[in-house]
Amino acid sequence: MLTETTFTPWASLGGGILIGISAVMVMGLFGRIAGIAGITQGAMALPGAARDRDWRIAFVLGLMAAPLAILALGGTIVQTVPGNLALMVVAGLLVGTGTALGSGCTSGHGVCGLARLSGRSLAAVATFMAAGFVTVFVLRHVMGGL
Amino acid sequence: MRVLWGFLAGLIFGVGLIVSGMADPAKVQNFLDLAGAWDPSLAFVMGGATVTTFIGYRLVWRRAAPVLNPTFDVPTNRRIDRPLLTGALLFGAGWGIGGFCPGPALTALPLLAPGTLAFVPAMILGLWIGARLKSAPVMKGTA
Repeated sequence: MLTETTFTPWASLGGGILIGISAVMVMGLFGRIAGIAGITQGAMALPGAARDRDWRIAFVLGLMAAPLAILALGGTIVQTVPGNLALMVVAGLLVGTGTALGSGCTSGHGVCGLARLSGRSLAAVATFMAAGFVTVFVLRHVMGGL
Repeated sequence: MRVLWGFLAGLIFGVGLIVSGMADPAKVQNFLDLAGAWDPSLAFVMGGATVTTFIGYRLVWRRAAPVLNPTFDVPTNRRIDRPLLTGALLFGAGWGIGGFCPGPALTALPLLAPGTLAFVPAMILGLWIGARLKSAPVMKGTA
């Protein structure tokens, strides 16, 4: 699926700063990395999860309340989700398995890991970005569509 | 207090994901499509978030301890090993196929797009599988 999107540097920068503020809150208040894969594992008490579940459950509920708050305040949300459900199940399995196995996702290794100047996180980010670029290239330009 | 602050942090994170465009899989896939409809917006998300976090971490680390927990608990593992790189490869492939990473998928859930409803349960199952795989014999040893 190919949907044109417009370049939004200011909204993206502003949204990024909000994500950063949240990551700093999680460190300042709870002393933890704001990695969403890890927080989800913790909230759901999946294997490998940390102990303090209370704030993690609340964090996930806050994440899910965000679109509802934006809509309630009269905002609009532009979103195009791929419609091939079998592919989305495969994608979800890969994202869940990969982030649990690799101990982090775009927020844990990306934002928080890079902000800590962690070499391990830099290796993870370089690897998942490269895998993402190659995957989209193959899907769109070799297999001819998504 | 812990629950209230946790909720607020999640809410701010989610609003950031939506405002930035990170919660729109089309935008993510176009960012990853260097050879096609390339949309560089997400580089600004990562840049804004990482620089803010870099500065903020150094401010809060001046404290002896976080406000609502006894200690700072920051990863100490420095090894670039097989689980890390295998996991990142699988994650990147899934990110390219679905256009979602974990945060945006969760924040998009209440919008009830069929693709999101297929993705999130599979992702949670994957988190369980990945945690199990991490301790599998094949993942021992260096990359």
